[in-house]
Amino acid sequence: MLVFDAGQDPLKVLIADDNDSDRMILQAFVKKQGHIPINARDGQEAVELFESERPDIVLLDALMPVMDGFEAARVIKGLAGENMIPIIFLTSLQDADSLARCLDVGGDDFLSKPYNRVILQAKITAFNRMRLLHSTVQAQRDQIVLHNEQLMHEQEVAKKVFDNIAHPGCLQASNINYLVSPMAVFNGDVLLAARKPSGGMLVFLGDFTGHGLPAAIGAMPTSEIFYGMALKGFSMQDILKEINNKLKKILPVGVFCCGCMVDISFRKEIAEVWNGGLPDCFMYRAEDRDSEPMPSFHLPLGVLGGISFSAETHLYEMKHGDRIFLWSDGIHEEMDENEVMFGNERLMEVFEENQDPALVFDELQQAVRDFTGSTLQGDDHSIVEIQSVPEDGLIENVSGYAADYKSGPKDWQFTFRLGASSLKSFNPLPLMIHILMEVPGLRAHSGKIYTILSELFNNALEHGVMGLSSELKSSSAGFAEYYQKRQDFLQTLDDCFVEFELDHKPLECGGILKMVVRDSGKGFEYNNKTNVKKAALNKSETYCGRGIPLVKTLCRSVQHSEGGRAVEVVFEWRIEG
Amino acid sequence: MAIWSSQSQDGKELTIKIQGRFDFSAHQEFRDAYEETSEPPEQYVVDMKDTTYLDSSALGMLLLLRDHAGGDTANINIVNCNPDVKKILTISNFEQLFGIN
Repeated sequence: MLVFDAGQDPLKVLIADDNDSDRMILQAFVKKQGHIPINARDGQEAVELFESERPDIVLLDALMPVMDGFEAARVIKGLAGENMIPIIFLTSLQDADSLARCLDVGGDDFLSKPYNRVILQAKITAFNRMRLLHSTVQAQRDQIVLHNEQLMHEQEVAKKVFDNIAHPGCLQASNINYLVSPMAVFNGDVLLAARKPSGGMLVFLGDFTGHGLPAAIGAMPTSEIFYGMALKGFSMQDILKEINNKLKKILPVGVFCCGCMVDISFRKEIAEVWNGGLPDCFMYRAEDRDSEPMPSFHLPLGVLGGISFSAETHLYEMKHGDRIFLWSDGIHEEMDENEVMFGNERLMEVFEENQDPALVFDELQQAVRDFTGSTLQGDDHSIVEIQSVPEDGLIENVSGYAADYKSGPKDWQFTFRLGASSLKSFNPLPLMIHILMEVPGLRAHSGKIYTILSELFNNALEHGVMGLSSELKSSSAGFAEYYQKRQDFLQTLDDCFVEFELDHKPLECGGILKMVVRDSGKGFEYNNKTNVKKAALNKSETYCGRGIPLVKTLCRSVQHSEGGRAVEVVFEWRIEG
Repeated sequence: MAIWSSQSQDGKELTIKIQGRFDFSAHQEFRDAYEETSEPPEQYVVDMKDTTYLDSSALGMLLLLRDHAGGDTANINIVNCNPDVKKILTISNFEQLFGIN
């Protein structure tokens, strides 16, 4: 950095005067001050010497032959460009118009002849001070420009890495609409979406404290954990705990992430929601166009460590056609020209006035645009809309696994039995899926296998071990009651088990996976005619809830045995193509 | 935006007042307000009577104060919040970490 010096160095002073004696006197004077004089006899010569000698200060006579001082000053200022070369006119002209003209053409000051030496000396010193200040400012400005270019470049590179890690996942799915408008190269918002092995969808919208690089740093591990764990079938509670612990560990105090995670099961038509620090998100129901707020019940992620963190979620019924809206506070904090914020009430009005749920996403944006007029956006703002649709309508996750059918385990079996305390707090599915995916050919079927195992496990736990009736779930009120009961039951479990028996055999070009799930419950009458009849009356409901028919479509066979305490399914897979 | 702090005569309570918008620009001043005390106070009062708005970096600064005041054992009360400020604190569930009234 250029340091402002006191001006001790000798200055090059260009003197232009057609009067020889005046010029000689001035030259002697400048020399005596410790500066270096450069002499010109007219304006033309002054311009030429200015170009070759690059003086620091110019003393100009106004009236000279060939080129006068006014013209010379104009040319010299032009040549100096953005460098500051002080020009002081020394002139015998006295009238105000002429003196004003000295400044109009680019001169910085004037002194009438005969001039006072003390004043001239003071002026040279003062203008030198100004010149040095100017060049300091200039150098600092250049440095800022350079730093800024460097910063932009670094951010672009970092953004590429960031985008690869915090990739959009399945945000392109037909049931998602989203808007993320960045304020800088990075914004503090992160939006992630993944299909779950079970067929559902996980969506996370996070808003980190601050903007730019500090905000983006936390988004990277968040994204890695989210996609990594979602792929392996971990529950959203497990994912949230992991993200929270990671952020608590790596982020400085005071930096955190307000966020909302939604787990949608299209098949069960429910959404599980965790909101920590984002404004009320909304469930917008297609049938009665009613919007239900989904408020924040938790502290943001990365604030509390370990066991103080609560990953407790709330369940909402979500019929096909219903929509969930998530947003960061950017929307609410958009301001109009009078610095009035858009706010929650205006947001609610958009929903109240909406006639067609398919248009509400566009109407929201329009409302914000109409409100803010032409003012620039303040905070980052992100909106995402997720619609519940029949699962068949969605494109499957592209599998991240490369297939090599020749390696990996082919003929094996194992039994995995979970006792009461494991069942209370442990989800066995990610672990089993992990083992099963060691069979390369099975990887392409991970979604189906996850669905089968999770349906069988839930049936064994909820209907078998706990003895809950799925009929409860047929009404909205019962639906909530069912999950409350499940939660309460889980804590009182004692002396019970769920057992998995998995057996894999290779085929010519594929394999057979036999899965038996056994529980310690009372069993049920799986051949009971009345149950089947009752099921027929309830249309889609059958004696074991909606799960079993689905499993039947995925497997070669489904067999109940041991008085309804065990179910055996056979899944056959072949290498395609 | 302006910040004042005053310590009670016995030195046990430090009151920090924030006027105007409480956002990142207040960072240094807010820190000075609690770091430059002659003796560590037992409890803190953050007076938001004249605070018009706070953003997420202000929430972060409150967490920094909490950390400075002993983390989980910190005794901090945020008082006189207007409805807008209160709402922001509520959305983030800061009542789990601070006394808010």
